[in-house]
Amino acid sequence: MLAPLYEHIEEVAAMILFSIGFTTLLLNKNMIKKIVGFSMMDSAIYLFLASYGYIRDRAAPIYINGDTNPALYTNPMPAGLVLTGIVVSVSVTAIMLALTLKLYRRYHTLDIDEIAEMVREEGK
Amino acid sequence: MALWMNIPLVLILMCLLSSAICSILPGKAARIWMLSAISVQVALSLTLLLSLISYGGSFVYKLSEVGAPYGNELSASVLEAMVGLTFTSIMLLSVLGGWRKIKADVHPRRMSLYCVMVMLLLAALNALTYTNDLFTGYVFIEIATISACALILVNNKGRSLFAATRYMLMNLLGSGLFLLGLILLYCLTGQLLFPQLKQAVAQLRGENLYIVPLYLSLLLMALGIGIKSALYPFHTWLPNAYANATPASSAMLSSLISKAYIVLLIKIVFKAAGPDAFLAGGVDDVLFVFSLIGIIMGSVDALREHNLRRMISYSSVAQIGYIFLGVSLGSKAGAAAAVFHIMAHSAAKAMLFLCSDRLVEVSGGSEAYRDLRGSGFRAPLAGLAFMVGAFSIVGVPFLGGFSSKLYLATASLSLTTWKMLTLLLVLAASTLLNVMYFLRTVLTLYRKGERFPLTPVDKRPHPTFAISMAAFIALNLLLGVAAYPIMTLITQGFQMIS
Repeated sequence: MLAPLYEHIEEVAAMILFSIGFTTLLLNKNMIKKIVGFSMMDSAIYLFLASYGYIRDRAAPIYINGDTNPALYTNPMPAGLVLTGIVVSVSVTAIMLALTLKLYRRYHTLDIDEIAEMVREEGK
Repeated sequence: MALWMNIPLVLILMCLLSSAICSILPGKAARIWMLSAISVQVALSLTLLLSLISYGGSFVYKLSEVGAPYGNELSASVLEAMVGLTFTSIMLLSVLGGWRKIKADVHPRRMSLYCVMVMLLLAALNALTYTNDLFTGYVFIEIATISACALILVNNKGRSLFAATRYMLMNLLGSGLFLLGLILLYCLTGQLLFPQLKQAVAQLRGENLYIVPLYLSLLLMALGIGIKSALYPFHTWLPNAYANATPASSAMLSSLISKAYIVLLIKIVFKAAGPDAFLAGGVDDVLFVFSLIGIIMGSVDALREHNLRRMISYSSVAQIGYIFLGVSLGSKAGAAAAVFHIMAHSAAKAMLFLCSDRLVEVSGGSEAYRDLRGSGFRAPLAGLAFMVGAFSIVGVPFLGGFSSKLYLATASLSLTTWKMLTLLLVLAASTLLNVMYFLRTVLTLYRKGERFPLTPVDKRPHPTFAISMAAFIALNLLLGVAAYPIMTLITQGFQMIS
């Protein structure tokens, strides 16, 4: 019964990592941990995609000796998507870290609920 | 291929180039560059729309010679051109209307960066409108999110910093779900371009293969977009973000960014997945329930609010509900009503945010209702604009909001009886609520109140603000009076793309 799970071990791992990342991003109060959760979530998706693109016993999609037979190579498309996705998530992570830094300098805490409380006090 | 068919690509590249140029220009020059670039964009979008109307069809613009699973494409029909024209022109009017306030709120050294973000946002809006490729859609969703975040926190207040953080956190959840759905769909079909996706999805459904993951991927994408455009239970970031940003930013956020995501969702439903898969997977029911709750609860929250800009923000939550309601019907008539409501609501809400700022300004800078009494007399043009915007959202005839509610109700007639009755009841109840909170506000504006001492500068509105308000009022009237021809074009557009 567990054989299909074992065969697709990368996909299973990716889904578990995605859930951990998603819940951390949603529920954790600490900004840094939230960002770590976000990184995990995105990496899990890229793991899923990369494992989909990899075909056992085939070479990387770079022509060897001018041989253009597609049956020799792995699928290049997911790798391209993963690269694009990594660029996107790195820039988002950078923005989140910058925001966290600014929040920390102003409110001296990383706890999002405490910050919310202080922002509310400020508005009064 | 005719020359005008290059316009979608030119629109996107021009925005990206302009944002690069703005980053090296000094503040004032960057601002002028931004304004002229957006004006050119409006002209180009209009040319595209007119050419498409006379061409009478849609076209696909291939970005490379490589075939289906690898290449990237843009596509345009009357539908996309209409939406694109709406986005660019509302962007122009928002920048014009908030011109003076942008100068006041943005630090001179950051001015060119503000222009960079506006141009990047416009690039993302154009790309989301014209793209024919799912992954390009995802990349530009993220670009829109990042630039929106920068637009919120540009005035460097503690509140807007916090609002931007909340905005980013919620949006990251949304884009995570969207990306997961996209990747699932890609792994099932091996395609990313809309037309090929549609064939592959139809084939999978025909052979009854991987049905559950297929529907799950559609649901994930719809939910991700729902979270990103503040569908009801996911709207908590919205009031703070909209109420604390500089008015031009609030206008862009409320009327452009969340709408562009929904346009992408409509394209996914009709061009990529096909409305049948959308209905069979039950995605429509999920959106239906969320949007009905959103319509009522957004209005209730708006009714309880005593702060003008937060009230307008909560009303956006209800209006997003209307748009998702139209999409959730899964029929062309429903989606056409949703697109019309996107246009009508963008025109009204951007105007409300801009003129409310002027009303607040002549009331000693207070956003509370008790201080706003009589501000309609102190700022006549802003008062008139507020009245027009409020009436449009309530649904007074001859204004945009009336027609979109009418089309939404008409589209509901094809539903099953209980669904239709719920929809019509909620529509009626929410109109009543809309009347309650907007009429209360309009009456407050025209009630006799304390006299605030006005500085001479405050007495007359800035000319750019006056131009923008006049154009907005005209646009709202146009959407109401010319609703039928516009709706005909939108319906034609839907026939072209599916």
